[in-house]
Amino acid sequence: MSDTPIDRVAKATPPSVAAKIRGLSDRAIAWLFVLPTIFLLLAVNIFPLIWTINLSFTNFRANRPNREVDYIGLRNYERILTDEDIWLTMQATAHFLFWTILLQVLIGFTLAWLINRKFKGNDLWTTLIVLPMMLSPAVVGNFWTFLYQPQIGLFNYGISFLTGIDPSSFQMIGDVKLAPWSIVIVDTWMWTPFVMLICLAGLRSIPDYIYEAAEIDRASQWRQFWTITVPMVLPFLMLAVLFRGIENFKMFDLVVQLTGGGPGSVTELTSINLKREAFEKWRTGYASAYAIILFVTVFGLASIYVKALNKVKER
Amino acid sequence: MSQFVHGLMRFRRGPWEMLASVLIAIGVVMLMQPVVLWAYTYSFIVTLTGTVMFIIVSHFPD
Repeated sequence: MSDTPIDRVAKATPPSVAAKIRGLSDRAIAWLFVLPTIFLLLAVNIFPLIWTINLSFTNFRANRPNREVDYIGLRNYERILTDEDIWLTMQATAHFLFWTILLQVLIGFTLAWLINRKFKGNDLWTTLIVLPMMLSPAVVGNFWTFLYQPQIGLFNYGISFLTGIDPSSFQMIGDVKLAPWSIVIVDTWMWTPFVMLICLAGLRSIPDYIYEAAEIDRASQWRQFWTITVPMVLPFLMLAVLFRGIENFKMFDLVVQLTGGGPGSVTELTSINLKREAFEKWRTGYASAYAIILFVTVFGLASIYVKALNKVKER
Repeated sequence: MSQFVHGLMRFRRGPWEMLASVLIAIGVVMLMQPVVLWAYTYSFIVTLTGTVMFIIVSHFPD
């Protein structure tokens, strides 16, 4: 009879090592397996977090590593939380977050609801809708700058075709009022398919017999939608909102490629502003405090969101 | 309401988590609102208090 791979490994293990392993308890062996992961977690997540908290109380600058570092207490936090420019950045982020999530949920759910109805070419449409999500954010940012061109951009011509406005009379990226909407449109275009896929998974998990029972009880389509479809898809929808919320809170690449934070700083989201503080102005201590403020905000929001999600699942 | 206060007095998880969640939500609204600067200034301490409270009270008994 031929040896299995396990037999071969057992035979190849030196007797001294084999005896040592045989002497370990189940608990010790379990720890042996878990330890590398714990080590990685400490090295990659926990240590940098503690180090960042430590740096946030200093005036450390990463471009001057030999300069003496002073502990300045809460001064970095005080400066950030009284800075009107950072306050405006927070507002720009709030505008971006609110509208992208709202539009993505509404359009994503509608698309999923339509795709879930069986029709010819269903799979082809699903593939086509999902395409934007597969592109690189840098590529999307670049080609939308062309689409937004006032002279040659397809977007401006589309708007002109629908409304009759002269296509060269408005600049989506260059106008202070339109630029925040330009990044909302692109993010919605790119990430609505993701929300659609999650909603589609939720819709397909609803058993047909529930609808059949509702039909027998003469429930209208409208009532079926509000009392069966929406409650059963809600946990999936909330998950999609959580993922998109966290992703968009740290949105960087797409917006940098598209507007670079401009015109002025109307589309400068917190992550872009943070990168400027950390790697252009080299105020590492200040940027660490900024990062901690953002971290606590996202962590707090995620905590209450996960609690709400668990409650919905329990129902 | 009295049940909520009773839960708070007896250190029950539900009402305390609710309180922490409300604090976090208020903190985030204060951080991102465009109206008053002082609300933005004090937003972080409110969010931090809520978040730390949430971590602690999630270990309270049901």
